[in-house]
Amino acid sequence: MKVRFWGVRGSIPAPGPHTIRYGGNTTCIEVRSDDGALLIFDAGTGIFPLAQELLKQMPVQASIYMTHTHWDHIQGLPFFTPLYIPGNSIRIHGGYDVVAGRGIEQVMEVQLQYSYFPVREAEMKAGIEYRTLRVGESVQVGDASVTPLLLNHPVVNFGYRVDCNGKSVFFTGDHEPWPNIYDPADEGYAEFQQMIDQQQAQLDQALAGLDIMIADCSYTAAEYPTRIGWGHGTLEGSIAWASRIGVKTLVCTHHEPTRSDDALEQAFAAALEHTGHASPAVGGLEILLAREGMELIL
Amino acid sequence: MSALTPELERKLDTAVERMPAFPRSVQRILELTRNINCLPKEIVAVIEKDPVMTMKIFKVINSAYYSLPTKITSIGQSVVYLGINTIKNLALGFAAAGILPRMNAAGFDIQRYLLHSLVVAGVARQLAIQFADDEADPGDCYIAGLLHDFGKVVFVQFLSAEFHDALAYAKENSLPLHEAERIVIGVDHGVVGARLAKRWTFPAHLIDCIRDHHQPAAAASAMLDCVRTADQLVRFREIGDSGNPWRDTEAPAAAARFGDDPENLLARLAPGSLEKIVAEAMVFAQLASEQ
Repeated sequence: MKVRFWGVRGSIPAPGPHTIRYGGNTTCIEVRSDDGALLIFDAGTGIFPLAQELLKQMPVQASIYMTHTHWDHIQGLPFFTPLYIPGNSIRIHGGYDVVAGRGIEQVMEVQLQYSYFPVREAEMKAGIEYRTLRVGESVQVGDASVTPLLLNHPVVNFGYRVDCNGKSVFFTGDHEPWPNIYDPADEGYAEFQQMIDQQQAQLDQALAGLDIMIADCSYTAAEYPTRIGWGHGTLEGSIAWASRIGVKTLVCTHHEPTRSDDALEQAFAAALEHTGHASPAVGGLEILLAREGMELIL
Repeated sequence: MSALTPELERKLDTAVERMPAFPRSVQRILELTRNINCLPKEIVAVIEKDPVMTMKIFKVINSAYYSLPTKITSIGQSVVYLGINTIKNLALGFAAAGILPRMNAAGFDIQRYLLHSLVVAGVARQLAIQFADDEADPGDCYIAGLLHDFGKVVFVQFLSAEFHDALAYAKENSLPLHEAERIVIGVDHGVVGARLAKRWTFPAHLIDCIRDHHQPAAAASAMLDCVRTADQLVRFREIGDSGNPWRDTEAPAAAARFGDDPENLLARLAPGSLEKIVAEAMVFAQLASEQ
């Protein structure tokens, strides 16, 4: 299996001289199964350079998995050029939006309203299929299997685990470890904490034996207290999580758009220091910062 | 217990979708959500006091899309699964459906009904904590108490004339309301409430409890004992109004567990617990000035 990062920035594209090393495009991850099946996780602006690459490999058969439908994860979708070319086949997967009461088929319909984009979905000539997934139910793509898991974000967000011939990679999408909504002194605190612990234990169980975890590490632990409930994780929290469940490689992504490359590296170094991972490969855990163009083979 | 008419079956399909919630919760949700930093626990506290909003959240969370390992019976758990922002936006959507008017063509006082439901919920939980802690989950007893008479809201909304007649029939003939409902409407509120709960794949013990709370022959369970007994105690004390006043001829719902004297059982509740439950419920049901 091969994993390639096309967009690693959170919230909004952040181009410019200060983000040149890690990249300014929003979330898009390409996964190739052993037999070459193409899986794409999220359609942030990073999907546009990926599309340019795919035009050299026509016809395109792609399975796109949306973690959720916030703008930074769908912004590049109408610019995914293979959608416009007859003979291509694109299958878009995602969760059921309980607030809208609709499945993933709404993703482009909402995005392509005529006032906001000149092309209608009907004018896209590739074969486009939608598949609304249920939590925990795996779908097979070639020799890979993809399992959606329910994580925590202001909108329903799926993390996806991909398994292929004994190797596995998991992408959180946007995820904030479940916060307790009560104060420790409140009557409901202990009960709520128990529910959270149970939920976390179920997730950890679903991630058993994981090789690579790609996790939302938007904030530092110091920044987090003023951003509780925003739906994002921290560098330190993700390191502790990956370490606890015995992941081999943690890739930190969804970099803050205001963080320059230098600031990102400083925050990363400090997090490694705080979590006792300053010297390489402590406890066998490899920790990386996601970077546009980075490729991992497993 | 009778079957539902095809007409009522049809109405039930969309019943709760379009059902407005209670005035206080709609008002509170609108107030709270105006502030982007509102406390999630305050939103939860509102939802879990409103039978309509609670019903709607459970409908969503237990839907097949989430195929959760266990059925969800608490708003707190729903928050863990769906996230507080999703719950908040769902609640805002529920609030947009408007408010249940206090009075209606059935002549059924919806706010006194809410007071009844809230106090039954609180007392059922208290009974579980004090007398059945190992056998029944207090949180489940609260929810079962809150939702046990949900069928009556459905009647108010969709069969108001028939429900009006059932209320009158019960009064004229000194019958329990559920018996009058069976005669006049053809089905009682327990069956209707349970039908909805089943349609939305609520957990079996909650469905059973809603369906059977007026079925003396139903298989006993600690949860059913707590809910039935709470219902009796609250009507005995004349707190709120479920349309079914206490009758001295009523047999105690769970004599083996709680004895046969309501006055005596009330005296055994933890000191001040009933007063606290009633005071909080009256504020929420907006009946503070009434009693």
